[in-house]
Amino acid sequence: MITIIGNSVAAIGAIEAIRKVDKKIPITVISKEPYVAYGRPVISDFLKGKAKEEKVLSYRRKDFYDKHNIKLILNEEVVDIDTKKKKVITLSGNEYKYTKLLIATGGVPFIPPFKGRDLKNVYTFTTLDDAKKLLSLSKDIKKAVVIGGGLIGLKAAEGLHAQGVKVSIVELMDRILSLAFDKVSGSIVENRMSDMGIDIYTEASTEEILDDGNGSVRGIRLKGGREIEGDIVVIAIGVAPNASFAKKAGIEVNRGIIVNDHMETNIKDIYAAGDVAEAKQFLYEQKMLLPIWPDAYKQGRVAGYNMIGVQRVYEGGLAMNSIELFGVSTISAGAHTPQNPEGYEFLVDVDEKRYRYRKITLKDNKLVGFIFVGDIDRAGIFVGLIRDKVDVTPFKDKLLKKDFGFIDLPYDLRQEKFWKKFLEVKDASCIEEVCPKYTPDYVESDSEVIDGE
Amino acid sequence: MTMKRVYPREEYCMGCRLCEVACITVHSESKDTIKAYKKEFPREPSRIWFEEQKPDCFSFMCRHCDEPDCLEACISGAITKDPETGIVTIDEDICVGCWSCIMACPYGALKKKVRKDNKMVSSKCDLCIGRGINPACVQACPNRALVFK
Amino acid sequence: MLFRPVSQAFYEFYVKRDKERCIQCRVCERQCSYEVHSYDPVENSMNADHAKCVACRRCEYMCPTDALKITLNESTFRPNESWTNFHRMALIKQRETGGILLTGMGNDKPYKIFWDHLLIDACQVTNPSIDPLREPMELRTYLGSKPDKLEFEESDGKLKLKTKITPQLKIEYPIMFGAMSYGAINLNVHRAMAMAAKELGILYNTGEGGLHKSLYEYGPWTIVQCASGRFGVHAEYLNAGAAIEIKIGQGAKPGIGGHLPGEKVTKPISETRMIPEGSDALSPAPHHDIYSIEDLRQLIYALKEATDYTKPVSVKIAAVHNSAAIASGIARAGADIIVLDGFRGGTGASPTIIRDHVGIPAELALAAVDQRLRDEGIRNSVSIVVSGGIRGSADVLKAIALGADAVYIGTATLQAVGCTVCQRCYTGKCPWGIATNDPYLSKRINPEIAAEQLVNLVKGWGHEIQEILGALGINALESLRGNRLRLRAIGLTEKEMEILGVLPAGQ
Repeated sequence: MITIIGNSVAAIGAIEAIRKVDKKIPITVISKEPYVAYGRPVISDFLKGKAKEEKVLSYRRKDFYDKHNIKLILNEEVVDIDTKKKKVITLSGNEYKYTKLLIATGGVPFIPPFKGRDLKNVYTFTTLDDAKKLLSLSKDIKKAVVIGGGLIGLKAAEGLHAQGVKVSIVELMDRILSLAFDKVSGSIVENRMSDMGIDIYTEASTEEILDDGNGSVRGIRLKGGREIEGDIVVIAIGVAPNASFAKKAGIEVNRGIIVNDHMETNIKDIYAAGDVAEAKQFLYEQKMLLPIWPDAYKQGRVAGYNMIGVQRVYEGGLAMNSIELFGVSTISAGAHTPQNPEGYEFLVDVDEKRYRYRKITLKDNKLVGFIFVGDIDRAGIFVGLIRDKVDVTPFKDKLLKKDFGFIDLPYDLRQEKFWKKFLEVKDASCIEEVCPKYTPDYVESDSEVIDGE
Repeated sequence: MTMKRVYPREEYCMGCRLCEVACITVHSESKDTIKAYKKEFPREPSRIWFEEQKPDCFSFMCRHCDEPDCLEACISGAITKDPETGIVTIDEDICVGCWSCIMACPYGALKKKVRKDNKMVSSKCDLCIGRGINPACVQACPNRALVFK
Repeated sequence: MLFRPVSQAFYEFYVKRDKERCIQCRVCERQCSYEVHSYDPVENSMNADHAKCVACRRCEYMCPTDALKITLNESTFRPNESWTNFHRMALIKQRETGGILLTGMGNDKPYKIFWDHLLIDACQVTNPSIDPLREPMELRTYLGSKPDKLEFEESDGKLKLKTKITPQLKIEYPIMFGAMSYGAINLNVHRAMAMAAKELGILYNTGEGGLHKSLYEYGPWTIVQCASGRFGVHAEYLNAGAAIEIKIGQGAKPGIGGHLPGEKVTKPISETRMIPEGSDALSPAPHHDIYSIEDLRQLIYALKEATDYTKPVSVKIAAVHNSAAIASGIARAGADIIVLDGFRGGTGASPTIIRDHVGIPAELALAAVDQRLRDEGIRNSVSIVVSGGIRGSADVLKAIALGADAVYIGTATLQAVGCTVCQRCYTGKCPWGIATNDPYLSKRINPEIAAEQLVNLVKGWGHEIQEILGALGINALESLRGNRLRLRAIGLTEKEMEILGVLPAGQ
C-alpha cells in the first residue's frame, strides 16, 4: 500500500513509474489543496490571463486518477507521521496507513518577520488559489508592490502588469534574478521590464509593510526611509521545504529532507522527492535543494521505481530554468556563474540592444553551465553536453555559432546519439546492418603509394 | 522491441531539404504544397532540423525517447507519450509556450511555432500520426537518406 | 548581356518558371551544380541565369511543385542547313578562347544509326516460335578463346575432356557494364556497378583509373583495365579481377588517350591512380611500350604470366577504318577477347572535334571483324564484345546477330543511375553525382538505389531479349550468334548491306 503526501509533479513522477511496473498495488495520494495535480508554474499564465483554470488543471488528463487506480484525498494536510505504526496523521485528525511512504510536499513560501505582514492584502504566489485571488483583486487595484526579484516575484509582476496594475519590484540583491542569472543577463531583463513600465528597486531591503489605517496595506517602507505605494503586497522572497512535520517524526532534515541515491530517507520505507528533498547533485559534491520542475519529476520517478523494488539510481540534479519575461525568452542551466571563476572558461556573445546574450561556461573543456537570453533555440543540446560530460575541444570555437548543432560535433559522437543509443544492440552486426560502414570517399586513408612501374 | 523511428543516414543526404517541404505539406491545413507555402499564414514550420557544413549535411528530428526529457520538463502536461505506439506528441491547446521542453531536450528537437491565433507553442516531429503510412519525410527523400526502422 | 561575352548571350536553353507554382523552397538553387538558380531575398523570388543552363533537368526532377520547364531558347538565327547552331556556337567559343572545345559523352551528330536499319526475323508457320514464359531461354555467355577442336580420352569407362580450355568468363546476360574510369565517375557509381554485376552474374570494367581498395571484394565480377597511362596498375590490381583488358583506344576519341581534368583529381583519386592531386591525368595516345603487333603480343603474355595464365586477356580498340585487319592481328597475338568500341561510345572528356569526326560505327566494324575472322578460320580463338551506342535490348540482339559474343553498355549504364546526357562530364560538376568527385555532389548517388536500378535495367533487357528469341524460335543465344540470316536491312545501300552481310527486307 503506497501512500504519497503531496500531489504535484514529484508525486506524478512516482505514480507513473510505479504503474509502469505494477498496475495493482494500491496508491493513495493525500493533498492539502482542493485540486487534481496541476502545473504549478502555469499559475503565472493564469494570472496573465493566458490560461484558463481548466487549462491549468490539465497537467494530466481528467481520467488520470481513475485510469491509474489512485485513491485521491483532497483538502487534507498531513501534520505528523507515526513511523512505528506506519501511518500518517492529518490536521483534521484522520489517519492513513502505508507500507511505503513518499513525502512530496514541496515548499511553502518564506515570509520574513516584517512588521505589517499580517495586514489585509498581503499575499504570496505559489498556489492556484493565490493566483485566483490576485486575478480577482487586480480588477480593483491600481498599484502593487512585489517583494522579491526572483522567478516567482517577476512572474507575479508580469501577471499583474498584464492585468493593468502598476507594479513595483523590490529586490535585496544588486540585481534581479540573482540566482538564475548573472549580471549581464539580469540587467538585460531588468532593462526590458523597466522599458515596459515596471519600477525596479535593487539593493532595497524592506523594513515595514505600511498600514493604511484600516488594517489593509498602503505600501511598504524600505530601510533608509523610502516609501513605495501599493494597494496589495506580494511577498515572493523564497520558498522553504515543507518538511517540519517530517523532522518532528524523526526523519533527517537539513534544509530539506536528506535522501540517498535511491530517494530513501534515513527511515526505512520512507522516501522523499521533489522540492522538499535534498538530494545528490550532478555538478557538485554536496547534496542540495533543487526546486526545478524536471528534476522533481525525475526524483519522483526514481523514488517510485525504488518503492516497488526496481533498483534505480538518481543521476543527480541539474539546475535549469526557462523563463520568458515580457517577450524576452531566457534559458539558463548548470553552474554558469561560479563564485570563484578561477579554472573556468567563459565564452560570451552579447548584444544588449537586441536583448541578446549567450554565455557558455566551461571547466576542463567540458560544459558546466550556460545562459541564453533572446535566442534560446536548441538550448537543450547544451544541457545534453553538460550531462554527457562531452569534451568540447574539437568544436569549442563553434559553440557560440548561431546555428550550432550536431553537424559541429565529431562524426562518431553524432552516430552514437542518433543510432546506437536507440537500437536494441544485441551484437555489433546489428549496427552494421542499419548504419552502413561509412567509408566516405574523402576520408583520410592510410594507404602507401605503390610504385607501379 | 524498439519502436520504429526515423534515422538519418548522412552519407546519402544531398541537402535538398525536400524532407522539410514534405513535413510542412502534410502538417499544413490544406495538405497541398503550393497552398501551404503561399496561402497559409503563419506558415506551418517543418519539424525537422536540417544541418549543413559542406560537404556534410543531414536532417534529423525528435527521437521519441523512452523516457522523454521534454515530457518531464513540461509544466502544463501538454506533452504525452502514447503507451502503445510510443509516439511523443504535444497538445498545442494545452501548451503555454514556456519553452521548458526546448531547454530539456538534449537533441534540441523542439521548435517555437506561431499558430494562426498568434499563440506561441512548441512543435516537434509527431511521426506523422494520422497519415496512416510512413512518415512523409522518409517517403519524400529522393536518396533514402532517412530510414524508418 | 552586361559584362558577358556573346557566347553566353546566345544561350541554348531557357528556364521557364511558373511563378504561380514556385514556392521559393530553393531546392533548384541547392541542387543545380551549374549555379543557374538564385534566390532574391528582397523580392522573395527565384531567378535563373539561362546562360549557365545545360539542360540536365535536375531542377525539374527535384522541384516539389513542378514549377520548372527547361526549354530550347526560342531565339533563332536565320535557318541555315550548312551553318547549324552547333557550328555557329563552336566558332563563337573558339573566337573567344582560342582553345580546343571539350565535351563529354558520345557523338550526338546525325550520322546514320545502323541498328535502326536492321530488322529481326520472326517465326511464322514453317518454324514455330517458342514461348519464353514456358521454355528455358539460354542467355548465358562464355567469353574467351575457344579451342579449334575438342579431344576426349577414356578412363574408367567414362569420357573425359583431354583438351585444356583456356580461362573463360561466364556471364549470365550478354551485357556488361562498360569501362568508365574511377576519376571520370566516382566511387559510389563503381560500387553500384560492382554490386549489380555481382547480383546479375555479369561483369563490370574498372576503366583506366584503377581499382579502389574497397571494391577488391567484388573482384570475381570485375574486369581490370590496363590503359596507356597505366594508372593504378600494380601486381595486386592485375590479380584482383576476373580478366584484364588492355585498352588501345576508345570509340569516343580514337587515336588519343584518356583525359581526366585536374579539377576531378581529388585525394582518393590521386591515391588509386598513383598521380599527384590536382594534376590533369592525360593518358598518352599510344602505349609507349606497344609500337607494333609483336609488342602487343609481348604485353599480352606478360600479363598472362603475371596472373599465372588464370585470367583471360582482352584488348579494346576503337572502331576505325581497318578494324578487321587489326582485329586479326590481335587475335593472332594471343588475346582471348577483342572489344570493338564504335564512334557513338561515350567519354568523360574528349575534344569535340575528335569525338564527332573520328572513328566508324560499331555495327560496321563488328560485321567486318566477324566476317574477316571467320574467313581466316580463327573466329573461335577470340570472343568479340562490341560497344558504342547500345541503347536497348534490340540493339543487343542485333549486335549478337551480326557476330558479337556480348556487349558493353556505358551511356546506358549511367542513364540507369540518373544521367541525362548533358555532356558536361569534364567540368566535374555532374548534378546527378555521377561524373564528379566532389564529396558533396557524390552523395547524390546512393549505391543501394543505383545498384537496384542497374539490376532492373539488365533484367528488363534480358526479358526482352528472351521475348525476341522466342519470336525467333531460338532458345539459346548461341544459335543467333553471327546468324546474319535472321536480320534484314531496310533503307541501306547495296554496299552497306554487303559490308553488314545482311539481305534487304523483302528478300
